[in-house]
Amino acid sequence: MIKSELIQKIASTNPHLYLRDVERIINTLLDEVTDALQRGDRVELRGFGAFSVKERDARQGRNPRTGSAVKVDAKRVPFFKTGKELRERLNGGAPETATTKEKM
Amino acid sequence: MSGKTLTRADLSEAVHKQVGLSRAESADLVKAILDAMTDTLVTGETVKLSSFGTFMVRSKTGRIGRNPKTGEEVPITPRRVLVFRPSQVMKNVINGEEPGTED
Repeated sequence: MIKSELIQKIASTNPHLYLRDVERIINTLLDEVTDALQRGDRVELRGFGAFSVKERDARQGRNPRTGSAVKVDAKRVPFFKTGKELRERLNGGAPETATTKEKM
Repeated sequence: MSGKTLTRADLSEAVHKQVGLSRAESADLVKAILDAMTDTLVTGETVKLSSFGTFMVRSKTGRIGRNPKTGEEVPITPRRVLVFRPSQVMKNVINGEEPGTED
């Protein structure tokens, strides 16, 4: 599914909205997540997952083709952790695996 | 890092303010969008949102894991996991760079 298909799907269940409005709604939602991450905030969407930012230190990298050392600057990378409900649904709604059950 | 956490309510508020729908309808739409994405992913299909990122489902095989605390062996059953690959645009924005173009 790509963004235009998501727009179509939402538009088909909300016939009172114009396609371009649905597009704006979806873009607003996605931009809000990106902007939050840019500020260093987290976004936690219950049942879906949580977006956060991880800091990566500068490191000495290597150009795999030439083997020469290159400096890689410190950077921030977006990170997504799947929510519990979605993780369970992906696995047939089973109440988690033996590993987590052991802990409880 | 400011350490603030946004929730669905904040996303709904943004939709309410920027698109001008009622708060209730904005909340319903945020839910509908996330549900549509979830339903697609549960079928195993990838969700690719340009300039944001790609959500895809990967199947992991079963393996023998180990409880790192006790050293005890525990079976890890085959399972499906969701991975998110941020777009280059998102990575650039988060590092305070020009968004650039997609891929």
